[in-house]
Amino acid sequence: MPLDPSFVGRSYSPAAAFEVTRGKISEFCDAIGDTSPLSRDPEAARAAGYRDVIAPPTFLTIVNLGAIEAIISDPELGLDYSRMVHGLQSFTHHRPVVAGDELALTPHVDDIFARAGNDFLTVRAEIADAAGEPVCTAKAQLVVRGAEA
Amino acid sequence: MSAVDVGYELPPLRVTVTRADLVRYAGASLDFNPIHWNERVATSVGLPNVIAHGMFTMALANRLVTEWAGDAGNVLECSARFTRPVVVPDDDQGALVEFTGKVTAVADTVATVAITATFEGKTVLGKAVAQVRIPNPR
Repeated sequence: MPLDPSFVGRSYSPAAAFEVTRGKISEFCDAIGDTSPLSRDPEAARAAGYRDVIAPPTFLTIVNLGAIEAIISDPELGLDYSRMVHGLQSFTHHRPVVAGDELALTPHVDDIFARAGNDFLTVRAEIADAAGEPVCTAKAQLVVRGAEA
Repeated sequence: MSAVDVGYELPPLRVTVTRADLVRYAGASLDFNPIHWNERVATSVGLPNVIAHGMFTMALANRLVTEWAGDAGNVLECSARFTRPVVVPDDDQGALVEFTGKVTAVADTVATVAITATFEGKTVLGKAVAQVRIPNPR
C-alpha cells in the first residue's frame, strides 16, 4: 500500500538531547580514517578558533538516524522497513559541531510521492544546540521498494 | 586571489574497506543494520553479499574534501545519492573504493566540489557534492 501523502508537513517531538563528546568524535574519526588534529586535539582545535574538537562533515548521521527511526516507526505511517533503502542524504551545516554540544533534533516529513511503484519519503531533521540555535539541517530521502518491484 | 578555480582537481583518495571496517563504522555511527555485517541477512534480502553503509562511503568521500580543506569546519554542505552498493567480501583484501574530486564552481570564497566514488569500475555515489570554504594557500 502506498504511503499516505497526508503525512507531508507532519513534525515529530524532539528526541532526547544528544551530547557530543570528544570520545565519540574520535571514535567516528577512527572508523572513517580521519586523522585531522582538529577532531582529536583540543589545543589544536582552540588554536584554529574552535571551543573544542570538531566533528567530521557526516558525523551527525548518528542523530539523523534517530530522526529517520522516529518517522519510519510511526505505526500510522505503516512503512515497511525491510523494503526501505537510503536514497539520498544531505547535511547543511549552520556551524561546525563541537565537543560539548548538546543537540536536539526535530524530525519533519517534507515529501512523500510514488514513482514507478516505489514510495519516496523525504525526512528533514532540524538540529539545534542547547540555546536553540540552528546547527545543521539534515535531509534524507528514503525509498521503499514496491511489493511488485 | 585564490589559486583554486573551476577544473581544479583535489588529491585523490583510495580506501580499502574490509568487514572489520564495517563493524567499526557500525559501532561509531550507531547504524547496526545487519545487511552491513551479516551475510545471511544480506543475501536473504537479495543482496550479493554484505554491503558497506552508504553513509560510510559518503563519510570517506568527504574525507577527500576535509584532507584538502584542512579543516572540517570549512565544509558548509555535503550531499550524495546512494546509487550502487559497495559489496564487501569476507576476506583480508576487502573492497577498493577510489575517490576523486573536482571543483565545478567558485563563488566568492566557496568552492563546489563534485566527488566521484568508484568501486569495480562503476560509480557508487551520484551527485556527491560538497560546498567548501577554500583553504588558504600554504
